[in-house]
Amino acid sequence: MKHFRSISEAGPDALRRLLDIADHMAEVNRRPNPKVPALRGKTVCNVFFEDSTRTRLSFETAAKRLSADTMNFAVSSSSVNKGESLRDTIETIAAMGIDAFVIRHKSSGAPWQISQWTTASVINAGDGWHAHPTQALLDAYTIRTALNRTDSFDGLRIAIVGDIKHSRVARSDIQAFTMLGADVTLVAPKTLLPPSLDGFDPVTVTTDLDAIIGDLDVLYLLRMQRERMNEALVPSLREYTSRFGLTPERAARLPEHALIMHPGPMNRGVEMAVDPSELPGSVITQQVTNGIAVRMAVLFDLLGSGANLEAES
Amino acid sequence: MSGILISGGDVIDRSGRRRADVRIADGTIVEVGDALAAGPDDRVVDAAGLVVSPGFVDLHTHLREPGKEEAETIETGSRAAAKGGYTCVVAMPNTDPTQDSVSVVEFVRRQGEVAGLCDVRPSGSITVGRRGDQLTPMAELAAVGVHLFTDDGNGVQDPLLMRRALEYALDLGVVLAQHCEVARLTEGAVMHEGHCCSRLGLPGWPSLAEELMVYRDIELVRITGAPVHILHLSTAGSVELVRRAKADGLPVTAEATPHHISLTDELLAGYSSLYKVNPPLRTMADVHAVREGLADGTIDAIATDHAPHAPETKEQPLDQAPPGMLGLETALGVCIAHLDVPLEQIVAAMSWQPAAIAGVGDRHGRPVAAGEPANLTVFDPTVEWEVRPAELASKSRNTPYIGVPLRGRVRHTILDGTLVVVDGAAQR
Repeated sequence: MKHFRSISEAGPDALRRLLDIADHMAEVNRRPNPKVPALRGKTVCNVFFEDSTRTRLSFETAAKRLSADTMNFAVSSSSVNKGESLRDTIETIAAMGIDAFVIRHKSSGAPWQISQWTTASVINAGDGWHAHPTQALLDAYTIRTALNRTDSFDGLRIAIVGDIKHSRVARSDIQAFTMLGADVTLVAPKTLLPPSLDGFDPVTVTTDLDAIIGDLDVLYLLRMQRERMNEALVPSLREYTSRFGLTPERAARLPEHALIMHPGPMNRGVEMAVDPSELPGSVITQQVTNGIAVRMAVLFDLLGSGANLEAES
Repeated sequence: MSGILISGGDVIDRSGRRRADVRIADGTIVEVGDALAAGPDDRVVDAAGLVVSPGFVDLHTHLREPGKEEAETIETGSRAAAKGGYTCVVAMPNTDPTQDSVSVVEFVRRQGEVAGLCDVRPSGSITVGRRGDQLTPMAELAAVGVHLFTDDGNGVQDPLLMRRALEYALDLGVVLAQHCEVARLTEGAVMHEGHCCSRLGLPGWPSLAEELMVYRDIELVRITGAPVHILHLSTAGSVELVRRAKADGLPVTAEATPHHISLTDELLAGYSSLYKVNPPLRTMADVHAVREGLADGTIDAIATDHAPHAPETKEQPLDQAPPGMLGLETALGVCIAHLDVPLEQIVAAMSWQPAAIAGVGDRHGRPVAAGEPANLTVFDPTVEWEVRPAELASKSRNTPYIGVPLRGRVRHTILDGTLVVVDGAAQR
């Protein structure tokens, strides 16, 4: 694999391979000295055109644990503000000798444009509303380990609740979960759905969370941005919470084994109207932990030359 | 006296198609007939296997000067037009400063004359600065020859202002041309709203946003009696609305671009900004409807919406890159390749029909007959070719047709009796 830009582009074989590699990486991360020399001499540049603390830290940690050199490029300190085109920016950094770009951009498609202008690998760390494939990978990995579903997600009932329309997490999760065999239900009013779902993997759509919550294996809550109500997408956050939020009443109706997931950052009192630390099914912190393992898996798969993971640096 | 003899070609004009030689002298067609003999000083243009037609007229050209000379100048745009077979282009008013005053309009016309490659007819904006709140001095502008008024790039959002503009224009003999887009429905939009934009995570531009304004303006025509020209119509619904308006006998005309009859929103899948255009590329069903509209006469004209952009602006992320694509040098090749109609109909939609809408029917789109102005195009209707960016006369390179087979190419263009393009090469 040259790039990792979306789940659909990577395909089911790569998805399963990356999840398997992530198992090894999780083992590395459990060691007292969680570092291997696999990517020694490789340079990874995190280019974040949009603020992100956790994803950037997660990628940087992943690269360092594989002994890659890392560089960070943040938009505020860059010449992008001086009128440089995206192409010029990328070609300039590429000229320094980069093996992989980790790209976060507020514009959908930026990683595809960027890969035309560099010979380095491009990893999508989130583009606009479009894709966030390493988030989907860590979400799938979290479900796989927490529910012990190594082979497939066949028959697993997963609901993704909230602002699907503006969510790169949702688009990538839908692809990953359905690719692994899960039955995915989207729970959202029409205003928060993409204009058409024709081009999507088969999913069910409902606005009635209460009708399905008792049968779920995974409840995946999306972040509800507060400014959405100013765009007439929902009347009020209060009404959103009453229809789509995780309230104590709804939490009580979830099956005992069901997982509660969220990509963060959470809007407490909106989509998360309970304290997640009091929910036995919450795997939200595991998601963050697993993020490092799956990102190590991606970097290793793209840049590694089959180097020995056992050796300690 | 030296002249030009175009020999052996097929003449196409509004009276049909026939074999004829054409002799030109002093800017005028002096003789049309069989087997004309060349005079001693005549330059002979061998047109065997080629079509000789009145020059093309583009209702919709962005020449970018004044204001964006890094993307195009009136000279480079005129050269691109001439290479595309155009003897007249209407220059869109979204310049900087806007073509909303006599001085700016006169500047554009003069620059066109200096370039001497194409008859450049500036349009005027409907509102000052195209801001949509105050009418331009339409009578003053009409007095210096402005015939088409438009805020192109923006639609006139305010229905009251549009109504008043039409009423005010009634006795001026001018045409108001609308860029149909209800802006509130397209905020942030990058591409057509449908399953492609949903999958690609890009904000959508719904067909409804165009159709609502097409409908509104047709109804304004009905109550005011003033003519309206619909720019770059792109949806099946718009075609149907115009079809019904024409059936009702309303003075509504419409144009469609070569890209809306040849490309669809699926092409955005690779996120190339070359395919970002406004109105956006639509679905195959829309493409078919627009082609049908051209075939049955609902759509009067093929107009390029030639919109040059400097590379650094197109090399931005899709949502930041400006919309628009080149059109002048590829229009004929795209139309012949993608329209299943007789060649005569394509030439009509590129020449005399737009000439009438642009108010230039006295000079352009004329019959090929003795006594008529010698504004002519000679083209090969069957040659297959591909665009090579380095060969474009335009200052910009943002064509989506690189590597796409086109059919039909302009060989020679004659402006006021002068060969401005010979064998595909501009002469000045």
